[in-house]
Amino acid sequence: MSDSPIIRVRDLVVGFRDKTILKGLNLDIRRGEILGFVGPSGQGKSVLTRTILGLVPKRSGTIEVFGQDVDGLTYAERRRMETRWGVLFQQGALFSALTVKQNIQVPMREHLKLSGRLLDEFARLKIEMVGLKPDAADKLPSELSGGMIKRAALARSLALDPEILFLDEPTSGLDPIGAGEFDDLVSTLKETLGLTVFMVTHDLDSLYTACDRIAALGDGQIIAAGTVEEMLENPHPWLRSYFHGKRARAVAGGPSAVRAPHQDPLVAATGG
Amino acid sequence: MRRAPVKEYPLLLTEGLAPGTASLTEAADGRLRLGGRWTADQAPAVEAAAARIAAGGPARLAVDLGEIERLDTLGAWVLERTRAEVEASGGTLAYLGTRPEHQTLLGEVVIRGEPPAPAPRLRFPLSLLDGTGRQVVRGSKEFGTGIAFLGEVVAACARVALRPRSFRGTALVNQVQQMALNGAPIIVLISFLVGGIVAQQGIFQLQRFGAQTFVVNLIGLLILRELGVLLTAIMVAGRSGSAITAEIGSMRMREEVDALRVMGLDATEILIVPRVLALMISLPMLTLLGDLAALAGGGLTAMLYGGLTLDQFLARLQAAVGVHHVVVGLVKAPFMALTIGLIATIEGFAVEGSAESLGRRVTASVVKSIFMVIVLDGLFAVFFAAIDF
Repeated sequence: MSDSPIIRVRDLVVGFRDKTILKGLNLDIRRGEILGFVGPSGQGKSVLTRTILGLVPKRSGTIEVFGQDVDGLTYAERRRMETRWGVLFQQGALFSALTVKQNIQVPMREHLKLSGRLLDEFARLKIEMVGLKPDAADKLPSELSGGMIKRAALARSLALDPEILFLDEPTSGLDPIGAGEFDDLVSTLKETLGLTVFMVTHDLDSLYTACDRIAALGDGQIIAAGTVEEMLENPHPWLRSYFHGKRARAVAGGPSAVRAPHQDPLVAATGG
Repeated sequence: MRRAPVKEYPLLLTEGLAPGTASLTEAADGRLRLGGRWTADQAPAVEAAAARIAAGGPARLAVDLGEIERLDTLGAWVLERTRAEVEASGGTLAYLGTRPEHQTLLGEVVIRGEPPAPAPRLRFPLSLLDGTGRQVVRGSKEFGTGIAFLGEVVAACARVALRPRSFRGTALVNQVQQMALNGAPIIVLISFLVGGIVAQQGIFQLQRFGAQTFVVNLIGLLILRELGVLLTAIMVAGRSGSAITAEIGSMRMREEVDALRVMGLDATEILIVPRVLALMISLPMLTLLGDLAALAGGGLTAMLYGGLTLDQFLARLQAAVGVHHVVVGLVKAPFMALTIGLIATIEGFAVEGSAESLGRRVTASVVKSIFMVIVLDGLFAVFFAAIDF
């Protein structure tokens, strides 16, 4: 694998009507890393994700994914690129008319040539991998709890074994233990599949335990990008209050800032 | 891409394959060597290769993963499945040359739970009876729900009447604007056209008897008593009834109705009473408008095709119809509006979580409303005939 970033964003400007959200943003996502993306609410974290995914038009700048400029793609190349990433939307975005299993099978049916038996087994495998019970397979999204919807949506985003996974606030709405398991799962997938993960999150536990690097957004630009330790040392006021605030101290509490997930019930209860 | 030396190793599944295709070769010492990409996009090749591994029956197999380009959950699952099959038949399957990440992945792909058993199904003659029975029960339950709902709406109206300050005037005016004012153009246009069409056909038939002037009696009575109100009610059912169902249904899906309830607000009072009242106000107004438009359309046609002058048309119309004909049409309108409103709100509240359910309920709302409006019109016709009005 080359060292070139799997996603490279340069001078990206995005705005709606008279408002500019992203003002010349630069960001590299390296192959095989889990990048946590933080920033104050309403600053355009989701806008950046949606722009990379091609859901929001950009005003100027370049976005390269897998080394290809997304502007120069033909229709077929574009479709091909879309099979190589998986997206977990904040609300899950499961198809409400389909059962969980059918939801997971949608991308499989469209893009893979699987036998009927393997289609069935592969969907059940994904359901197990994300920690759902087997009987969830035939339930409709309206019959699931919030946490189960998150897991089912993750299973769908993993359906094609993507190379990049976009997660929009994956652990919001999960209980701390579930969130810890979720982080573990993402880390395992990264190790085993060489997955690259772009995670928009406010969960300090996730940032400490799962993320290799953190990028912080502020005023339409990346304020800082680096490891947790580098973030802790950064003098930027928002970063200081974010990583040294009351909630952050509870998570980082004790001599070691980096801890294994969900080992300390007290931390788990106050974190996230 | 790695090519197996043909002389030493018998080829199993590598003939003429594109680079990267999942492959299986047997080495001289009996080891099975996997190559290429054991990934989801190679699913047919992966399955075929795995079937070849399992086809050996009970045997001591050694599978070499060392030269796999990429292994993902699909490849790992198929391998693990094959291993389980081989072991179930009494053989063994050992992995060789596994990289640590492959080892982890192979450990991850386990299906522990059994698939849920499918619900037992009835055979043909029984299933027909079963379905019919369920439909009948559901139909009668729906009728019961309708009556209960009517009672609830009446009770809510009574509560509002007792506490006039809780009446939502703004919502009512807003709804009337949506239903009556914004709906007026299309209803005027359609009534105008239908009036013209009916008049034209009437003229063609009556001309044979030289009685084309009687077309004024025909359209006057038909439009004022039946057609005007029926057309308007059908249009309103399609236009406003569907809107009510969709609004309430999507509020149900987003738990907005539940939010109202837990805030100590009455969903019936807030959502239903203004809409049903607005329909009962709007439909008579629209009916009158539709009557006039249809008469205008009929009159214009009578002048163009039937050779009547405006004065003749108006004089005949005055002679043919009385105020009671207008009343017969208008009196039906509020009842039809109530029917449309009740069906639309019942269907709206019946929406469940899915987008599909919303679509089904909106369709059901429009179809049932139109059906009930026509049934109601028939009942009124019988009634007015009986009292000779």
